[in-house]
Amino acid sequence: MTTMTGTTQATRVIPGHAKPLWRRMLLTRESAIIGLLVLVVAVASVTVRGFGQPITLNYLLLDIAPILLIALPMTLIMVTGEIDLSVGSMVGLSSVVTGVAVQAGIPFEAAAVIALLVGVVGGAFNGFLVTVVGLPSLAVTIGTLALFRGLAVGLLGTTAVTDFPETWTTLAKARIAGTTIPYIMVPFLILLVVFVILLHFTPFGRGIYAIGLSKDAARFSGVDVERTKFILFMLAGLVAAFAGIFYTLRFGSARGDNATGLELQVIAAVVLGGVSVFGGRGALHGVVAAAVLIGVISSALRLANITSDVINIVTGVLLVLSVVAASVLNRLQQSRRRPGRPPRVTASTAT
Amino acid sequence: MTFARKRVAAIAAVAVTAALTLAGCADTGSGGSPTDGAGGDSENLSITFLPKNLGNPYFDTSSKGGTAAVEEFGGTFNEVGPAEATPDAQVSYINTATQQGVGALVVSANDPNAICDALNEARDAGVKVVTFDSDTNPDCRDLFINQATAEGIAKIQVDLIAEQIGDEGEIAILSASANATNQNAWIEDMKQLLADEHPNITLVEVVYGDDDDQTSFDKTAALLQSHPNLKGIISPTTVGIAAAARYLSTSDFKGKVALTGLGTPNQMREYVEDGTVTAFALWNPEDLGYLAAWAAKALITGEITGAEGDTFEAGKLGSYEVGPDATVLLGDPYVFDADNIGDFDF
Repeated sequence: MTTMTGTTQATRVIPGHAKPLWRRMLLTRESAIIGLLVLVVAVASVTVRGFGQPITLNYLLLDIAPILLIALPMTLIMVTGEIDLSVGSMVGLSSVVTGVAVQAGIPFEAAAVIALLVGVVGGAFNGFLVTVVGLPSLAVTIGTLALFRGLAVGLLGTTAVTDFPETWTTLAKARIAGTTIPYIMVPFLILLVVFVILLHFTPFGRGIYAIGLSKDAARFSGVDVERTKFILFMLAGLVAAFAGIFYTLRFGSARGDNATGLELQVIAAVVLGGVSVFGGRGALHGVVAAAVLIGVISSALRLANITSDVINIVTGVLLVLSVVAASVLNRLQQSRRRPGRPPRVTASTAT
Repeated sequence: MTFARKRVAAIAAVAVTAALTLAGCADTGSGGSPTDGAGGDSENLSITFLPKNLGNPYFDTSSKGGTAAVEEFGGTFNEVGPAEATPDAQVSYINTATQQGVGALVVSANDPNAICDALNEARDAGVKVVTFDSDTNPDCRDLFINQATAEGIAKIQVDLIAEQIGDEGEIAILSASANATNQNAWIEDMKQLLADEHPNITLVEVVYGDDDDQTSFDKTAALLQSHPNLKGIISPTTVGIAAAARYLSTSDFKGKVALTGLGTPNQMREYVEDGTVTAFALWNPEDLGYLAAWAAKALITGEITGAEGDTFEAGKLGSYEVGPDATVLLGDPYVFDADNIGDFDF
């Protein structure tokens, strides 16, 4: 929540809390994204024909549900300064595993459990390579991105499994009675609460921030860095597998190429939501707002008959602007603050 | 102290997010639908084309035909689509068309099942659904515009080769993979036609290039080695015919061994221009898009419902009749030769 200048503990807290609470609350990247979201929704409702109807919310939430789900563990991973690029492929693999198991005559419920186990094992594999072997997560998960996708395509080839129990495929798209909100939002909200508590209100969560700010300092203050990261990668695998089962049911189709490129949409939402790619900074409400914002923008632009290339350009520009704006603001704040600081701190921030 | 305040801040922030989400629902709920009544309207001639993906010359050509048709009957044409040919990406665009309340959606499906539910939701909202090029399950669309039948494809290739070699001599077939369903069905039909109507033509061998350029190239070379009297090759696959043409164009057999089959103008242009290939076949995607747009219009106006035996007018292409399974056949495959290949870019 505070502006982190990346220096010592004392300088991190004091300038951030020098201002009144409401200013600290409002002048954050998270608030900026939420404000932008409200603005875009308002503008789109008025100007884009067909946007301001209840069904929009249904399609929007169905579309972004996998992104919202995976963004939760991804936020935690990126706060530690790591990254998981394999989640999109894990969605595909979990989808294919569900499909192959159902095709082999296993009941859907059991197939889903197998897929979740595959997710945990895949996540643990990532975690093992990152923590025990000590490889950089970027390299490891680029590798498993290809590996999981390869397994998925290898298991099913170019065919698709489409024979899923109708009760489940209907449930995946069902709406909560009296609203246009799809049922998938129920597990999402439960997971959201779990992850908010985990990240913002437990010692484990403080450890995640500590790792992102300084791995060594975290280790010296008693945080089990390896164990924390290992658990996070396993969580990412598990949630990605769950998203894969939802994906399969929503489209009624298990295919090796399901959710190709989803990891980039997730990471875009996480970064736009104010999580620093260097770790140590970010909050879940910003990430959720950013995921919804990206969904709203593409939904509104599609309704305005704007092609997918332009939608990608708009999302990309938004992402770049948000990153640039954050670092520019950071510099401005630092240069404004400098005169009032003790010399020692000035020297350390000026570098 | 500071920690406690941060907790308060975080809780407040989450609450704000939740409130906004809920406010969003309320907002969209009370906004009313500006498109109410647009769906299912017999005057709503707004037609949206949703190809497998954008930036694909084949679909650029079909959309060109669609645009021409929509202009002729005075509707609104739109083309939308994903950058990559995946069914999940198509679903978003189908949903968008439902929200917009377009008159009809003309789709080339990336998966016969995955987009089914989305299409049916669109139909429930009054949108007419026409598939072309690649069909969905018949119960998720109102009409399928079929580009060609297996018999038609087999016949045109046999006719072309018979004409090019003077209706007698040895021919061979260069197919895709040995278990390609489409190709095998066509080859069976071709064998039947050769036996029934062209007794002087002998089919000496069927080889498989696995739809791989290099394999097809090598198989062509091997065919010409092992059958010195070979007069013609049929390749019912676009990869095979292009590879065979490349081999022939640089060999001594150029102009002596005829080559025909199914190809695309862009791949075959240089071989038609240098005389390696006289003529080859495929359907015309421009006509396909043109017919699909007219069929969509006929559905919107209620002229047809998709029942077998319904007839409708399709501009310059004339009158069409709906066949079994709500399918309309474009007609015989289209023959490309030196005279017309310049008109196509796909």
